[in-house]
Amino acid sequence: MRPVYWIALIPFVGILAGPVLHNHVHPFILGMPFPLGWVSVWLVITAVLMAVLYALDPANAGE
Amino acid sequence: MNAALPILALFTLLALALGLYARRGHDMGLEGWAVGGRGFGPILVFLLLAGEIYTTFTFLGASGFSYGSGAPAYYIIAYGALAYVLGYFLLPAVWRVGQANKLVSQPDFFVHQYDSPALGVLVAIVDILALIPYLVLQLTGLGIIVSLASYGAIDKAVAIWIGAVIVTLYIVASGVRGSAWTAVVKDIMILAIVVFLGLYLPYHLYGGIGAMFAKINTAKPGFLVFPASGQSIWWFATTVLLTSLGFFMWPHSLGACFTARSANVFRKNAIALPIYQLILLFVYFVGFAAVLSVPGLKGAATNLALFKIVIAQFPPWFVGLVGAVGILTALVPGSLIAMTAATLTARNLYGLARPDAKDDEIVNVAKAFVPVIMLIAVYFTLSGSSTIVSLLLVGYSFVTQLFPALVASFFPQIGVTKQGAFAGIAAGVLMSAWLTFTGQSVGKLMPFLPQAIKDFNVGIIALALNVIIMVAVSAVTARKALQPARS
Repeated sequence: MRPVYWIALIPFVGILAGPVLHNHVHPFILGMPFPLGWVSVWLVITAVLMAVLYALDPANAGE
Repeated sequence: MNAALPILALFTLLALALGLYARRGHDMGLEGWAVGGRGFGPILVFLLLAGEIYTTFTFLGASGFSYGSGAPAYYIIAYGALAYVLGYFLLPAVWRVGQANKLVSQPDFFVHQYDSPALGVLVAIVDILALIPYLVLQLTGLGIIVSLASYGAIDKAVAIWIGAVIVTLYIVASGVRGSAWTAVVKDIMILAIVVFLGLYLPYHLYGGIGAMFAKINTAKPGFLVFPASGQSIWWFATTVLLTSLGFFMWPHSLGACFTARSANVFRKNAIALPIYQLILLFVYFVGFAAVLSVPGLKGAATNLALFKIVIAQFPPWFVGLVGAVGILTALVPGSLIAMTAATLTARNLYGLARPDAKDDEIVNVAKAFVPVIMLIAVYFTLSGSSTIVSLLLVGYSFVTQLFPALVASFFPQIGVTKQGAFAGIAAGVLMSAWLTFTGQSVGKLMPFLPQAIKDFNVGIIALALNVIIMVAVSAVTARKALQPARS
């Protein structure tokens, strides 16, 4: 497996970690209860990570 | 006549016209009908895959689930993002096999990878068993939407029949192109409506999103976080993981993969789709806004939360507009599901019985199966009363069982044989059916376990059994098996 592919594991840990480690309403994130706000922020982080993966992935160089 | 009716009629006719217009200038042989001639670019593939996000499940189910259950609904927004990460790797690999071997259905893929027509039949049967509840879900949603948005002027059953006829007409005429072009209108409209409702209702009723959640937290303490047992954080984590594995196992999602003109389309989409998933937040906001303003909905009635609050807050013409969007969220995925079910019935069941059948014959048989499948779905829709979320979970529990064998097919060194793949899928689906229809949970089956494990999604048991059986049977049959034709 190419080392760059390990980036794809980060969202799996990130998205689930927030609600599992801090299942409380406060602090609100962007006006939302902590678990929902956490997951929402991680959707954006996931998109950024996938963009980084896409840029670094040799499979995309040259169909 | 109220102001909602002409708007509902206008958009229904627009969907039909777009669906029929989509066939112009295109060959409607098997490849043209089922996979759009493998010529779809990033935007159409994006809409076909994103269409999976915005079905009636989202529109009614996600808002209803957040209204009725609170925090457990968060799983819906989380699993899609992880599924797209998996899709970055999985879909290009599936696409390459499909492109090289002219595959048009999900069972085709299994037949090719394991060199086993019998496995194709099993996968086709599993697919149909999963697709029918999913189609019933769309028609159930359609009936609710039209009945409510027309202020009761159109009966649920009449709406369901009209929807079934429209889907049948444009799928028979245009195949996957009909779904793709109607999806363009649907997604533009749903974005506008959902974002507007998700912002307007919390600000209008509560003074803001934060203020809304603060008031809900005061009125219903604990509603916005996961309960200590049952649908706890461990249920959330395991449900997110399980459903992300099943996301692209839906035959219409994997079928949409064959429409792309390059593998890169999927990798680009994996960047954009998690952001698109954020629109679901606004659906949640509508459901949460309804918690204190239209209280008292229970069970299957929670599906009505979005429309109850819209009817309470807006004039009939706007209710008609929201209803029109709702109709499209049922028709577009419904058409894709019906087309997929018809294609794999014709290709992988009829085609097996008549191996010398040409593509033209297969596509005609597939078109003939569309009304049959719609009739079956209408029958179950009119005779059932399940909540929208429970219908989806039944289908998900079945298609997720295809994941281990599909992934194993790309790694010949693991040594999974066609017998192992067949036995694993069969055992997993039978276990899923038993767990689902007897209402089992990990806690009921193994009450001696710690609470956290008792809360695991029960689908884990079926998937674990699937993998164990797949590996064990493969080990026994490995030496006897023919070399698979994997690529």
